Order: sequence, then C-alpha cells, then structure tokens
Amino acid sequence: MAKAPARSPAPAGDTPPADPQKTNRERPSDPRPYEASKEELLKFYEDMLLIRRFEEKAGQLYGLGLIGGFCHLYIGQEAVAVGLQSALTDADSVITGYRDHGHMLLCGIPPKDVMAELTGRQAGISKGKGGSMHMFSVEHKFYGGHGIVGAQVSLGAGLAFKHKYSEDGGVCLAYFGDGAANQGQVYEAFNMAELWKLPIIFVIENNQYAMGTSVNRASSEDQLYKRGESFRIPGLQIDGMDVLAARGAAEEALAWVRAGKGPIILEMKTYRYRGHSMSDPAKYRSRDEVQAVRDKSDPIEAVKRTLSELHGAQEEDFKAIEQRIRKQVNESADFAESTPEPDPAELYTDVLVEKY
Amino acid sequence: MAIDIKMPALSPTMEEGTLAKWLVKEGDTVKSGDIMAEIETDKATMEFEAVDEGTVAKILVAEGTDGVKVGTVILQLAGEGEEAESADSGGAAATKDDSPRGDAQADEKKSDTVEDSAHPAQEKVDTGARQMFEAARHDAEVSDPAVPEGTEMVKQTVREALRDAMAEEMRADARVFVMGEEVAQYQGAYKVTQGLLDEFGDKRVIDTPITEYGFAGVGTGAAMGGLKPIVEFMTFNFAMQAIDHIINSAAKTNYMSGGQMRCPIVFRGPNGAASRVGAQHSQNYGPWYASVPGLIVIAPYDAADAKGLLKAAIRSQDPVVFLENELLYGRSFEVPKLDDWVLPIGKARIMRQGKDVTIVSYSIGVGLALEAADKLAAEGVEAEVIDLRTLRPLDTKTVLKSLAKTNRLVVVEEGWPTCSIASEIAAVVMEQGFDDLDAPVLRVTNEDVPLPYAANLEKLALISADKIVAAVKKVTYRK
Repeated sequence: MAKAPARSPAPAGDTPPADPQKTNRERPSDPRPYEASKEELLKFYEDMLLIRRFEEKAGQLYGLGLIGGFCHLYIGQEAVAVGLQSALTDADSVITGYRDHGHMLLCGIPPKDVMAELTGRQAGISKGKGGSMHMFSVEHKFYGGHGIVGAQVSLGAGLAFKHKYSEDGGVCLAYFGDGAANQGQVYEAFNMAELWKLPIIFVIENNQYAMGTSVNRASSEDQLYKRGESFRIPGLQIDGMDVLAARGAAEEALAWVRAGKGPIILEMKTYRYRGHSMSDPAKYRSRDEVQAVRDKSDPIEAVKRTLSELHGAQEEDFKAIEQRIRKQVNESADFAESTPEPDPAELYTDVLVEKY
Repeated sequence: MAIDIKMPALSPTMEEGTLAKWLVKEGDTVKSGDIMAEIETDKATMEFEAVDEGTVAKILVAEGTDGVKVGTVILQLAGEGEEAESADSGGAAATKDDSPRGDAQADEKKSDTVEDSAHPAQEKVDTGARQMFEAARHDAEVSDPAVPEGTEMVKQTVREALRDAMAEEMRADARVFVMGEEVAQYQGAYKVTQGLLDEFGDKRVIDTPITEYGFAGVGTGAAMGGLKPIVEFMTFNFAMQAIDHIINSAAKTNYMSGGQMRCPIVFRGPNGAASRVGAQHSQNYGPWYASVPGLIVIAPYDAADAKGLLKAAIRSQDPVVFLENELLYGRSFEVPKLDDWVLPIGKARIMRQGKDVTIVSYSIGVGLALEAADKLAAEGVEAEVIDLRTLRPLDTKTVLKSLAKTNRLVVVEEGWPTCSIASEIAAVVMEQGFDDLDAPVLRVTNEDVPLPYAANLEKLALISADKIVAAVKKVTYRK
C-alpha cells in the first residue's frame, strides 16, 4: 500500500516526474548456466580447443614472419564466443572488432580461409587484402573484423536495423571490448538502438585490459554492464570464463531481444592470456596474474573436467579430439604458407563495384 | 621425432634479438601455452610461449646469447610419436620415428619448408589490372541520355529535384530509406525531404537524434546488411564527426573484403559556404572525400543534374558522397519531364562552348563561371565552361579535350586552394596536357583563411565572377 499510493486525478501536465529508483521497468531474469548434454559439452570443448590451437598456430606463424602487421589473439577468451554463438540461428548476424579470428571460426568459416588471410594470400577470405583485422563473410553473416575501436557497435546497430526493417527475425550480436566501451559512438548507438527497439545484443568482452590500461584506470564506472542504464538498456554481468554461463546468458538475451524488448548488454568477464597484440610484451601485469587465471579459470580445462567427472569422458577421447584439431590447424597453416600471394593485378580490383 | 623451435620475431621488422633467459631445461615436459623463454630486443622483452607439446630434447642456444637471428633453431622438442605425422604434415623430409619418445638427433633433416613455400611461383589470376586500365582510359564514351524531342521541360528548384529523385527511387526500391536529423516530421532542415514522411511513413523516413557519428554508422551497417540508405547530414560540416564511418567503414569495405561486402549508401547534404554562417559552417569537403579510393563523390550544379545524379547515386552499388549547396537549393532550372531521368556518374558536362579558354568548375562555382563567361563574351573572349559534376572519378578526358582546343585553363572552386580539386586538375594537366598549354593553369579559389563572418570580409574571401574574369585575362594575356 505504501509503495503504490492511489493516484489522485491530477491536472494534465502536472504529473510529478517518476522516481527512477521506483520505476517498474521490466528486467531480464538472472540467466542460469546452460544444462548441456554430453554431446553439446564435447562440441563446446572442441570449438574452444579449435580456437586455442588456431590462435597458437597464428602466433607461431607471426613469430616466423609469415603473418605481418597486427595480430590480436583470442586465447583465454574462447568461452565467450563459443557460449554465445552456439545459441545463434542462421538468421542472426555477428560483428566484432579486430580480435576476430575465433568469432569467424564459430560462424563456420573454414580455418584455412582465415589462416590464408592472415598470411596475406589470394585464397584468404578477403583475397589477402584485409588481413587479421579486416575479414568478412557475408555468406556466413559475419560482418567484420573492424579495425577502428568501437566502429562495430554503430555498424552492428545498423545490421540490427536491417533485421528489423526486413523483418527477417535476425538478431545482431555485436562484440566490443572494455576499451571500446569508452568510445562516444557506443553511446550514440545505445541511444538509437533502444529508441528504435533494435534487435541487438551488445556484448562487452571485458578482458580487463584495453591494450595496457586496466579497466579501473580507464573507466569511471567499471561495472560495464551498467553502462546502458541511462538509455534504459538492461545489462547482465556474466562469467565469461564459463562456457555454460555464456550460453545461458545468450539464451536469456536472445529471448529478451526476440520478444521485441529492444537491446540488451552482456558484460562477459574474461581474460586474455597473451598480450594485446603480438608485439605487446604485456609488462603491465605480472606473470603470476596470468598464470593464476590459467591455473584456476581456464575455460577449456573446466569443460574437460566436467566431461571427465560427470560424463565419464576418458583421456583417449580428449586425445582423439586434440589430434583431430591439431591436424586441421596444421593443414590450414600448411595451406596458408604454401598457397600463392595475390596476383599483382588484384591491387586494382574491388575498389569499386561498378564501372563509371 | 623432434620439432625445431626457432627464434621468433617480436615484430615484422625484428631481425635478431637476445635470448635473455630459458625458463625450461632439457628433460622438461612442455605444454602449449607454457612460457619457455624470454626474448629481448632493444624495444621490448617478450615471453616466448610453447605452441607444440613435448619434452625439451636439446637447448641449442644458451641463455644470455646476443644477436640470435630470427629463424635460428634455438631448441629441439621431442614430440609424442603419435602426433608426429599431423604436426609435420607440411614437411616433405620428415623422418618417421615409431618410438614413443622421439630422438632429437634423428631429425636433422627437417627442412625449412616454411621459407621454401612462402614464395611459390605465382599463378596468373585473370582479373584486375586490365579492368582498371580500361576504366582509367575512359574510352567508353558515356554521355547524357538524349532527351527525346518534344519533351516538356519544367522549372524546378534544386530542392524539389532532389526530393523527387529520392521519392522516385523509394517508390522503385523498398530497400531505400532516408535517415537524418529533422528529415521526417520537420520535413527537412532545408526542406529537401518535404513530403517524404507523408508518402513513405516513419519506417522509411527516420528522424535521428543529433548523433552524426552514430547514425552514419547505423546507416553504413544497414548498407552492409543489404539495405540502401540515404543518410542526410544537416550540413557536411557536421559530417566531420562521422567521417570515420564514411571513410574507414563505407569506402574501404569492398576492398578489404575482397569484393564480398558492399556498402551501397548515399551520404548527402549541403556543402560549402552558405550565407554569413561563419567558419565552422562554411567548408567545402569535396577535395577531402575526392581523395579517398572507394568513394564516389558527386557535386551537381543545376536541378536536372541534381535529380539525375542523385537517382544514379541511390542506384549505385558503391558508397556515394553527394555534395549539395545550400545557396542553390532555391534556384530554379529546367528539368526534363521524364519518367526516369538518370545521369551517368563520372561524366563532366560542357555548359557552354568556347574556343579561347576553358573554365572548369563544379557546384556553385559553375554559376559564377557562366556569369564570368557572359562578361568575357562582351569583351570578345569565348570561354568554354565545364561542370565536372562528379569529383571522383574525375572526368579528366573532357577537361583535356577542351584544353586541346583552347590551350588555356582556369579552374574555379568555392573552397580552399591547398590540396584542392583545382590543384588536382592542374596536376593532371601538367602530366597529360602539358603540350597543349599556352599559359600556366590558374586557380580561382576562396582565400586561404577560415571563412569570416563580417559581410565585407566574407565577400573578399569567396570566389566571384570578377575574380574569374581577371584570371581568364591573365591566361589570355589581355589587359
């Protein structure tokens, strides 16, 4: 009774402003960890392992000078993309920044197409013209691969705009990092996305460091899931080292967005084991810090444990998966090393679509 | 069998470094991700992680060694026998070793397949340069579609022509929509989108918040997704907040994706100086955008061109920057009354024939050039006036052809002189029309200052017909 006083009829235009603390805005429920079958767990394990081995191989090829420029590895963060993207349908689209190799593999893009792009070859997904940070596959609804920090957030809102405009039932999954979360255009996109109820999930992959700057040295509000509050976008903070938590969050977020309730923010607390890029010696954190995360929170080891303890998976099962993935990754690396560079004539193609 | 671990490069330019410290010793088992060594260069120290798994068989370079060349084998790892084949599927000279613990010595023959295969013989790809050269030669003569005899010409303002162009294309293609500040309910800050909301509704005519960077990104993303957005900037001055998406996201995408991901979007709005609005609201961005490969840049002068070129821009598969001029919005011109008036992009128009001098311009400068040509005619000088219409790709052929006839060239541009379209034309003429020149190419541009507010200073800063007449007299050596 005290909380809901009877409203006396007030003259129009004279209603007192609602107290934001007391508004009864609907909120998403707290997501529950996904209850995966053994087959699903094995698939998560395999997908995460593929990303890790792929990235290790990419790091190795970088070290040998076969990959140039910037190369940002996803090692440590695998559970985020695997958990989230396992919940998507063919109608949905994915966009991210430059730490993009893992997301691409999960969109179904063959590893050799990605690896050959990293080595700058004609057979690469962008014909060798994009490189690690600029890869796309319209066929697999993967829209980049963007090198400008935060650009993918507005662009993702545009993809969501397209889903709504065409009524195709799709949702855009737009990833960005804790660093990008401080870019102005992110909030411009938040505003429009909520205003127009666009079907988009804003995924903040909070790996704790924007290059070398830790979140609390860069963000006045370091609880990034709250960053949508002033736009009325609800946010959830999720353990991004737990693939089942990630998948559970994806289920909740997709249900929210598909019900037409507008965008939602998922802050995925995660950690990258490697430097920001291959040329980052990562002196801003201690080796102990990295080692502690690897020892206690590794997402792949966690799934492996669950598989052994609850589902009776044996060491031979893991070895077989490991071998299969290593073979696949090695083949993609061999291909990427041996397939030819672009023909010099390719320099001039694809600048424009039409002739004028 | 053993795996050779080589000295890694910490950056693409690194050639050698110091092996500062080993964190493993012979006999240790390593897993991928384990830190094996610290490598130093003059710039940084980095930890060197294991990728392959196995037992450290032999350390070949002692810690503390300086000047270790990238690619030098620094350690040999004995892998598990069962993984030997897959781990080395690229190596032709791999030696099979069936023992579970490989013998490091047995693998001396492991060849440097990486270096050998990195630069294989190139296969010819039958695309590319030929297409580019063909396009650059401008051999395919594109000219304006003929207006059938007896076609009614109607007087229309540039504003109405632009609106009609959008309305016609929106009727024809459901993917086309308009977004921007005040484009819907307010009917356009300069009334260019007047009536569109009534006809097409708020799904396709969308008022945005004042958030240029954001909505330019939303529009670009929608284009990447397959729609055909028309993004209106209240003026192009405000598009500076959005220039990242216009250039980095829209212009480069097709190239960076190897031709897979298109971005058919039109960014349009008024550009250049308006009247007494001061420096921040008076700038010509033509040269900025025209310098960017991957963009089409159009800057029409009259209503017929505004309509025909905006329709072409909306239909194009490429991102287009469409630069209008606020001062011209209310000016009326004849427009052919045809169901589908579409003009070719990349083709200049000869506005007036002449034999004594060529005056090249675009946008509002064309009006001043025509006025100057009238004045010059009264003094017996026949000027040929060319409207570039498209700034990228530039129709250099039409300019050079005219120069070959008149041997004198003046470029008129309502914008700053430095790194301008006028500079570009001058460079093209130096490279390709030098022998046709009887006088230096002159540029008539705004003064090289931010545009002042005071009426007298503003007038001094902007181009005028008199300044054009003076330049023409110089190149024709008349007093």
